[in-house]
Amino acid sequence: MLHFLFRRVIQAIIVMVVISIISFLVQGRLGDPVQQMVGQSVSLEDRENLREELGLNDSLVDQYMRFAKNAIKGDLGVSYYYKEPALEVILRKVPATLELSFSAIVLIIVISIPCGVIAAIRPKSLLSKALMFFSSIGLSVPIFIIAIFLVYFFSVEWQIAPSFGRGETEVIFSFWETGFTSWDGLQHLFLPSLSLALALMPLFVRLIRSEMMEVLQSEYIKFAWAKGLSPMRIYFVHALKNTLLPIITVAGIQAGTLVAYTILTETIFQWPGMGFLFWDAISRVDTPLISAYLMVVGAMFVITNTLVDLIYGLVNPTVRLSSHGL
Amino acid sequence: MELLNVHNLNVNFQLKQGDLAALIDISFSLKKGERIAFVGESGAGKSILGFSIVNLISKPGYIKSGSIKLHDNELSHLSNRQMRHIRGKRIAMIFQDPMMTLNPVLTIGEQMVEAILSHTDLRKKEAKNLAIEKLVQVHIASPENRFDQYPHELSGGMRQRVIIAIALLLTPDIIIADEPTTALDVTIQAEILELLKQICDDNNVALILISHDLGVVSRVAERTIVMYAGRIVEQGPTLEIINDPQHPYTQGLLNALPQMSLPGQRLNQISGSMPSLLDRPSGCAFHERCPYAMDKCKQGLPEFLFNGVSHVACFMVEDMLEDLNNDADSTYFDNELDEDLDTSLEIQPQTRGSK
Repeated sequence: MLHFLFRRVIQAIIVMVVISIISFLVQGRLGDPVQQMVGQSVSLEDRENLREELGLNDSLVDQYMRFAKNAIKGDLGVSYYYKEPALEVILRKVPATLELSFSAIVLIIVISIPCGVIAAIRPKSLLSKALMFFSSIGLSVPIFIIAIFLVYFFSVEWQIAPSFGRGETEVIFSFWETGFTSWDGLQHLFLPSLSLALALMPLFVRLIRSEMMEVLQSEYIKFAWAKGLSPMRIYFVHALKNTLLPIITVAGIQAGTLVAYTILTETIFQWPGMGFLFWDAISRVDTPLISAYLMVVGAMFVITNTLVDLIYGLVNPTVRLSSHGL
Repeated sequence: MELLNVHNLNVNFQLKQGDLAALIDISFSLKKGERIAFVGESGAGKSILGFSIVNLISKPGYIKSGSIKLHDNELSHLSNRQMRHIRGKRIAMIFQDPMMTLNPVLTIGEQMVEAILSHTDLRKKEAKNLAIEKLVQVHIASPENRFDQYPHELSGGMRQRVIIAIALLLTPDIIIADEPTTALDVTIQAEILELLKQICDDNNVALILISHDLGVVSRVAERTIVMYAGRIVEQGPTLEIINDPQHPYTQGLLNALPQMSLPGQRLNQISGSMPSLLDRPSGCAFHERCPYAMDKCKQGLPEFLFNGVSHVACFMVEDMLEDLNNDADSTYFDNELDEDLDTSLEIQPQTRGSK
């Protein structure tokens, strides 16, 4: 276990270094910072002095080392627009995005597992065929179209769910701004989380279905039938547990896709999270904010994948996390 | 009283090419504690027969007609829900590959206890004790530790022991063992066979052994049934089948055993291969590969005849018996497959019963 964690930490550090290099290049090389800071009237000589002062004439390696040193201290530069440390601006928006992603993940799990299982157990039933039909549509239609349709029906036609913002929020533990505690907050969460979930759900329904169908053909399932177990136990204990092994791996990889989709979803629903902020930062060329976003998302991605590997080890007994020595 | 009575069982597969017969008119019976074996090449329908008995034939297979009686209960009419109480409880199964038979993500204990709990009212603790008791019976060392281990922590032979223990959990009437040693090391094969035989003896459990290996069969089974292309072609006491095979197919199988060839000589083999369901030859299905094939083999189906010790379906045997009986009074009996052998030492032709 310790050995495993140690290896993961080393890997995470390497990944973070690569991400920081990209962030650094974004921050320093996307356009000329001096040009952005000074007006037309400043002389060439003054510009050159400023350049020297900012360390822009140093070698790339020196500049990167400076950037990395600051980054470790939590200083990722000051946002041009907010005039505040970029990391603080981002971290303020983290709860909104995490709550949205969490709700979407819950929806995906709660809906796609039963759907996938039903489609695998009764592949010829009408319900399974309908599921397969809609999931192939869901796979091929882009998320913003789905989101716009959801807004049209739920907000415009039926007027049962709000289409933008987070609604009423409350600060808990003195730093986390949550929408979970009020009915209004939950209502506002409905459409964004549903459309974010719909972006990935078809993939999981199909994946669970095909994986489960394969598992149901295996010898140990036949043996389970021969033991006279109940169908429920065979489907949901014997088959599902084996089905979920490869799904967990895919889920870890798809965590990245989920982050990408939060940018779209938050923009469409004006959800005040990191993705929305990132979108704004790009249109304002707020490079410190862009690179801070990259760093934060990169860290989240690394953490998620480590967690997924740990869960995989718990579910799959043939992966022995502890047997590699303590 | 027969324990299991299978009569004129027909199993078909509904395929695009049509409704194809996989088992044709299979009849046999089994007494309490008796050990019988089904032999034949792959494709003969042995495994399908095993699964038919517990009504677990994989789609598109189905039981077309015939009866399967356990005690006096007709199994082929039972619903899936009713059948569940037969499977594992009255009739248990052992599969070919122990590496694939146990669920890799559940512990040995979980896989044993769940079987007990789904058929009895025992409490978890009692179920665990019963499971450990069975593990001891199949000679698993330190069963308490094994109980909490996962299948991948056990060797192949040990897994097959666990599977035998699972089959034995509720002391069934019958264990159907489908090629139980085929996937195992030769040295372990003998151990497992001995264990299986002893377990059945100790618990008075009947065994249906399905195998392609006459060597395996001869060690375990009291009676042997030879199958070819979905039909029974010969059945009788194992010793007789091995010492004096009547049907050319059985003779071919025996000749193909490595022990039957001299060192340095090519192994004897039956030329050709088992016909598939799609192109089963007319008449006796074996005629294309049979060294003694006659014209009538291609047209008609040979009767099932009793020669005093074995039942054989072959024209050659039929002719032979006719010659012998030309002048003698021939007596016709109903086709009782479990004929008491001692009473009928003289050769008597038998016809298929019309009941």
